[in-house]
Amino acid sequence: MTAVAPTRPTRWRFSPLGLFEALATPHGVDRYLELVNPMLTVRDLRAEVTEVHRSTADTVTLTLRPTRQWRGFQAGQFVQVTVEIDGVRRTRCYSPACSQYRDDGRIELTIKAHPDGIVSQFLHANAAPGLVVGLAQAAGTFQLPQERPGHVLFISGGSGITPVLSMLRTLCDEGYAGQVTFLHYGYTEQDIAYRDELVALAAQHDNVRLVLAYTDQADGGDLHGYFGQEHLEAVAPWHADAETFLCGPPGLMASVRSLYAERGLINRLHFEDFAPAPIVADRDSTGAVSFDRTGRSADNSGATLLEQAEAAGLTPAYGCRMGICFSCTQIKTSGCTRNIRTGAIDADPDTEIQLCISVPVGDVALDL
Amino acid sequence: MTSATVTLTTEQIDELGRELDALKQRVVGDLGQEDRDYIYNVIKAQRALEVAGRASFYLGFLPPFWLAGVAALSLSKILDNMEIGHNVMHGQYDWMRDPALNSKMFEWDTACPSDQWRHSHNYMHHTYTNILGKDRDIGYGLLRMDESQKWNPYYLGNPVYAFALMTFFQYGVALHDLEAENLVTGRRKMSENTALLNGIWRKIGKQTLKDYVLFPALTGPLFVSTLAGNATANLVRNVWAYSIIFCGHFPSGVATFTEEETADESRGAWYVRQMMGSANITGSKLFHVLSGNLSHQIEHHLFPDIPARRYPQIAAEVQALCEKYGLPYNTGRFSKQIGSTWAKIFRLALPFGTRGQKDTPPAVTVVPKKVPVAA
Repeated sequence: MTAVAPTRPTRWRFSPLGLFEALATPHGVDRYLELVNPMLTVRDLRAEVTEVHRSTADTVTLTLRPTRQWRGFQAGQFVQVTVEIDGVRRTRCYSPACSQYRDDGRIELTIKAHPDGIVSQFLHANAAPGLVVGLAQAAGTFQLPQERPGHVLFISGGSGITPVLSMLRTLCDEGYAGQVTFLHYGYTEQDIAYRDELVALAAQHDNVRLVLAYTDQADGGDLHGYFGQEHLEAVAPWHADAETFLCGPPGLMASVRSLYAERGLINRLHFEDFAPAPIVADRDSTGAVSFDRTGRSADNSGATLLEQAEAAGLTPAYGCRMGICFSCTQIKTSGCTRNIRTGAIDADPDTEIQLCISVPVGDVALDL
Repeated sequence: MTSATVTLTTEQIDELGRELDALKQRVVGDLGQEDRDYIYNVIKAQRALEVAGRASFYLGFLPPFWLAGVAALSLSKILDNMEIGHNVMHGQYDWMRDPALNSKMFEWDTACPSDQWRHSHNYMHHTYTNILGKDRDIGYGLLRMDESQKWNPYYLGNPVYAFALMTFFQYGVALHDLEAENLVTGRRKMSENTALLNGIWRKIGKQTLKDYVLFPALTGPLFVSTLAGNATANLVRNVWAYSIIFCGHFPSGVATFTEEETADESRGAWYVRQMMGSANITGSKLFHVLSGNLSHQIEHHLFPDIPARRYPQIAAEVQALCEKYGLPYNTGRFSKQIGSTWAKIFRLALPFGTRGQKDTPPAVTVVPKKVPVAA
């Protein structure tokens, strides 16, 4: 249901699973078990929704019980969740909001229903206990350092709260004693998904200070308006000696990053992009993109190869559309591409590239 | 032999192409949950039949159970190969983005490795359908299935080779990509086949281990009875798959083409070739499912990548288009189509061809006519 089963080692050793796989060949054992009970798997990682809670008008909080293949996560990491919508499987990345030490081993996801979000709208409207979703092991480098920093500043906005909330809950579970400030931005008080929990955490822990900033509400809260130097000085004048963890919408990310860069503190800033960076089409986009297997081709529009493939009427697999999940990896048979995240140029033929973050530089042919 | 001729202008051929493109677009736009539910229901039926068949062999010492086991396992293999495997590997369900039903990842319950099948079938046969010298499915490099294949004494054995191919069909399909006939003539070197042979060997090894060692061994003292049951199920599947597939392109009235005729053909002309080079079989709903909807070979060759359950739904429209443009829509009962296929196998064993055969309907030749530019 999620990733491809890993290839078995060629050296033969007896195992009950090996016997079942030899009997089930050419299909996987899970292809039989899923018809009886989708939560009964030998290789595939899946999860069952056990609780659904809608805390604000446009968010839904799901509790997931993963199958036994789940290896847990580090606070700040994300998981890929796969759901079927009108016959089509769709995968999205979400960061668990719970502590990594949660004792029942379940994970909690809070999902904001974006107006055009197929998956988030579907989950917001339809998620119910018993729903089984595909799951991938946690991934991502946005984590607390193994040796916990002396002081920590969290800055988040909107649904970007989830990975940093997980970090905060994890630190609290560890009995962390350093200074923690949790600065969170929302439109209004009504839009803060975890307001009660945050208030309770701050009340229980003397070292945790909660600062709620509202951008569209003049009264209440601790701060108003958008992030700026004054906000930073007001809540964490010690930020130069702390580690800062940032997650939120592109505007917030950009202003925090530029301020930290200005002050030479960029090494102390850790961040997770939640929305893909806006893609500026190459002004001098030239050449054509050809899709070998379907025999189609189109002029290079300067957009990513994933978007160009879709514009040409193809439906390649994709997941995160921001370069982290590798669901859209395909073989580039010839031509030169640029990775829009790293700027790296790849001119090798027959290499795997991620369609969603690669733009063609001149003529490109894909095995698609 | 009288040969009818349909004259279509290039504009008419282009118009037909546009009408078929629009028909496909309509179906593709409508794909959704129903199609997913359908294929998963077929899969459930197939897996249930498989489990029931394997289980019945534990009572294989009682003839009714042995026969029931063979029947269930035969049906399971037929569904797996035809309605599921063949169609999934065509990419008919790739739009679902389900790794379990992805054309690149799916493997089927037969000797031929799926990657080799996708090359010889999806690419070679479906692109160059019925073009002599390019479509190796015309006679599979083994049989004389068209008058224009030059006769030589080897073809006296045509019916014998066909019978052997039918009996061992899964192995014939597995060895198809090795191009044995080109090895004999020296056009292909054995060294080019090393990688293919490794793939075939691995796949046949797994299939043999399952059907002829492990499952028989699991029934203990009934080893031989279970092995015989599994072999019979594989044989039934072989005969069925061979028969359905031979009805697709070899019944009388189906056209073949030359490389010259088809050089630089337009999208519309490609559609015309697919319609004239394929034949349908009429039958019940169950018959269509068990044939993998290859009983709608014409619709399948027009749109190999739309879910096969859609073929019966669009058949009336395709037939109406054929009538509109004066093209044949070759269809008939299973007995008629397989009968004329075997008749052709016997006839073409002899050097005289088909001259004077009364049961051969006229072939239709399309003459693309350029409309003179008005002065």
